[in-house]
Amino acid sequence: MKLTKLLTAATVAAGLAFTAVPALAVTLNLHNGAEPRSLDPQKVSGNWEDRPVSDYIEGLMTIDASGQPILGQAASYEISEDGTVYTFKIRDDANWSDGEPVTAQDFVLGYQRLVDPQTASEYAYLQYVVKNAAEINNGEIEDLDQLGVKAIDDKTLEITLNEPTPFFLDALTHYTAYPNPKHVYDEVGDDWTRLENLVANGPYKVVEWVPGSYLRSEKNDAYYNADNVQIDEVYYHILEDQAAALNRYRAGEFDILTDFPADQIDFLNANYPGEAHVAPFLGVYYYVVNQMDGKILADENLRKALSISINREVIGPDVLGTGELPAYGWVPPGVSNYKGEQYMPAWASEDYADRVEEARQIMADAGYTPDNPLKLQLRYNTNDNHQRIAVAISAMWKPIGVEVELFNSETPVHYDALESGDFTIGRAGWIMDYDDAINMLDLLKTGVGNNYGRYSNAEFDALLDKSATQTDLEARAETLHAAEKIAMDEFGVIPIYYYVSKNVVDPSISGFEDNAKDRHLVMYMSKSE
Amino acid sequence: MLNYTFRRLLTAIPVAFIAITVCFFILRLAPGGPFDGERALPAEILRNLRAHYSLDQPLIVQYWMYVSSLLQGDFGPSMVIQDFTVSELLAIGLPFSLMLGFTAFVLATGIGIIAGMVAAVRQNQWPDYVLVLTVMLGIIIPNFLMANLLQLAFGVYLDWFPAGGFVNGSIHHLVLPITVLAWPHAARVSRLMRGSMIEVLGTNYVRTAKSKGIGERLVLVRHAIKPALIPVVSYLGPGLSYLLTGSLVVEQIFSLPGIGKYFITAALNRDYGLVLGTTVLYMGIIIALNLLVDLVYAWLDPKVRYR
Repeated sequence: MKLTKLLTAATVAAGLAFTAVPALAVTLNLHNGAEPRSLDPQKVSGNWEDRPVSDYIEGLMTIDASGQPILGQAASYEISEDGTVYTFKIRDDANWSDGEPVTAQDFVLGYQRLVDPQTASEYAYLQYVVKNAAEINNGEIEDLDQLGVKAIDDKTLEITLNEPTPFFLDALTHYTAYPNPKHVYDEVGDDWTRLENLVANGPYKVVEWVPGSYLRSEKNDAYYNADNVQIDEVYYHILEDQAAALNRYRAGEFDILTDFPADQIDFLNANYPGEAHVAPFLGVYYYVVNQMDGKILADENLRKALSISINREVIGPDVLGTGELPAYGWVPPGVSNYKGEQYMPAWASEDYADRVEEARQIMADAGYTPDNPLKLQLRYNTNDNHQRIAVAISAMWKPIGVEVELFNSETPVHYDALESGDFTIGRAGWIMDYDDAINMLDLLKTGVGNNYGRYSNAEFDALLDKSATQTDLEARAETLHAAEKIAMDEFGVIPIYYYVSKNVVDPSISGFEDNAKDRHLVMYMSKSE
Repeated sequence: MLNYTFRRLLTAIPVAFIAITVCFFILRLAPGGPFDGERALPAEILRNLRAHYSLDQPLIVQYWMYVSSLLQGDFGPSMVIQDFTVSELLAIGLPFSLMLGFTAFVLATGIGIIAGMVAAVRQNQWPDYVLVLTVMLGIIIPNFLMANLLQLAFGVYLDWFPAGGFVNGSIHHLVLPITVLAWPHAARVSRLMRGSMIEVLGTNYVRTAKSKGIGERLVLVRHAIKPALIPVVSYLGPGLSYLLTGSLVVEQIFSLPGIGKYFITAALNRDYGLVLGTTVLYMGIIIALNLLVDLVYAWLDPKVRYR
């Protein structure tokens, strides 16, 4: 037994030596932004971690170039009639890079680690739709085998959900649902993501990590679709300074820039026509208004005056310069499973001057005038763009009789204040975890941690609960639209703009498609000289 | 002198202990924690995370755990780069930061001393003006701007050097970062050198030496340089520790694997282990450097005695 293992190891090592990148390898230089905290899919939470992780591990479902879920390690799946039991067949040719087959047990392990309180996964709640996931994660159930993820045999996996979940296949494309190599984990435990132990079942394998500088992955020849993978080597460059990143793109050192300074869009369009990609993205930039009892903005009329007097049309094009889309509703455009008219309040189409007049009247009725203004503190986390927006909006509020004191602090302090309710108005942003309207609407539910403003409406909560039981997607969308309307009509929160993704892609790269998730797997890309 | 060195090292122990203690508690007093980010984590997940890093223990227990593992040479885990321990991160970053800092230090000190001397000897002539102007640029342009300008000039337009990045063993990649790091230091050294050299050249003993008919060059080498170096040397200690700890901007803009950035970014992210680890390490370096400077100082100036 031991000898065979040794022999296998030797063969694998020899194989690796031969598959090392040849001299004419095609290298992709990808600007990745921040330093990943880990390569462990169950421990990460940012898109700068998603990029290297999703290139080396593939879930049951993966995404196509446009971000839509397609079959990945699964060859097929069946959904039970009540929509709560999913049965997956894993591909026969799905293997880890050390030659071991990918098994149903690998997925069970990934899921069990995700919800195990010991792992301390930040994103465990994303898979709370799975039966007993929440109960195990918060310690109510200690037996991990109670989780609704079971291996029927080596290649068959059964996942049981709490209730029918229309976005579940999409949730499977998320890294929280990725498998862990059980044969490696059994030997080294949590150290399985250290480079010396790392095995991949995706198109690439991370082979080098220089903290502060880059991660480097090489093509994984054991991947079932390796023949169609064109880029041989990927550098994920760690660089958070946007101006420096743009310089390096201009110097030809990066093929893809995953962010750029907003004020450079005109420069880019003039000097690098067609290379800047600005696309709608699933997220909202908004102002939280503190509606706790006794707070001044518990008064709906004041919230209305503040919201309607913001000229959102100038924020994207003029204040930021990157064309962020004005947000009058809560759910971003392009969200899946959300058929129906986008929420648009009547006042949005009124003349801006009339809106300001109406807001001024509301404030005057409440006893506030420009001479005797309402004094508010507006908090934001320190950042140039947040500051520009805060300055612009306080100028818009001045004529209606609101005097704003700007207060900025570093990110942990800022969110600490929002969570503890120690603010009047505060800046926040939400990037959707999965492509479904419920992920936005949940933020306004009574008692939810991220509901910083403590918006609370029983009817709204009831509609969200109702939607959870609806299997008919159109009826569910209707329920959710009704809920959105309630919260927005009451000005439960002040949306400012919908996020856009900002990439710059060199013309030599093809296969990069803009999508609302802003996820781009390297395996779909190719590079021409 | 050996005795003096030994006593200095002994006093470093309480200093180190106080610094670690103060740093530990100040970090914990700062509002927010390592897991406060763009979005609030559900209470149960936050509880899991805090338990994982023993943050749910009383502060004094955490302090005791930290100090006792530190005494065994273990800096603990990093909360923000979890695939590495703090010791591993420092082991990767420290040699690089030292190499970068020392190279910049040696180059900058050499250039600064020579430039300062030339400017002093040719006071108020064109070499003086050119040097003063170059020096001023290094002081008035902040390093992040200087880095960007050099990237644009030499990386984008002239294409002489890479605009950033790290390739193991490539000197080519280090030219721009070292320039950014070294320039302000060379500027300060040359200003100090110029000022003190002008002063020394006006002293009686230099005038006496000149009146004896010794050539100008010999007077400089034999009588002027050594005393003129004294203010420069007293600046070198803080100057070097600045170069070693101040590489944050350079490391970030050029994507270099040093530890300077951990000092700031880890503090902002409340990565307690990494901030403390970096602090302890820098403290050791700075204590050692200060001692070294004091020793050199005494060698240069016979009036200084070890007590």
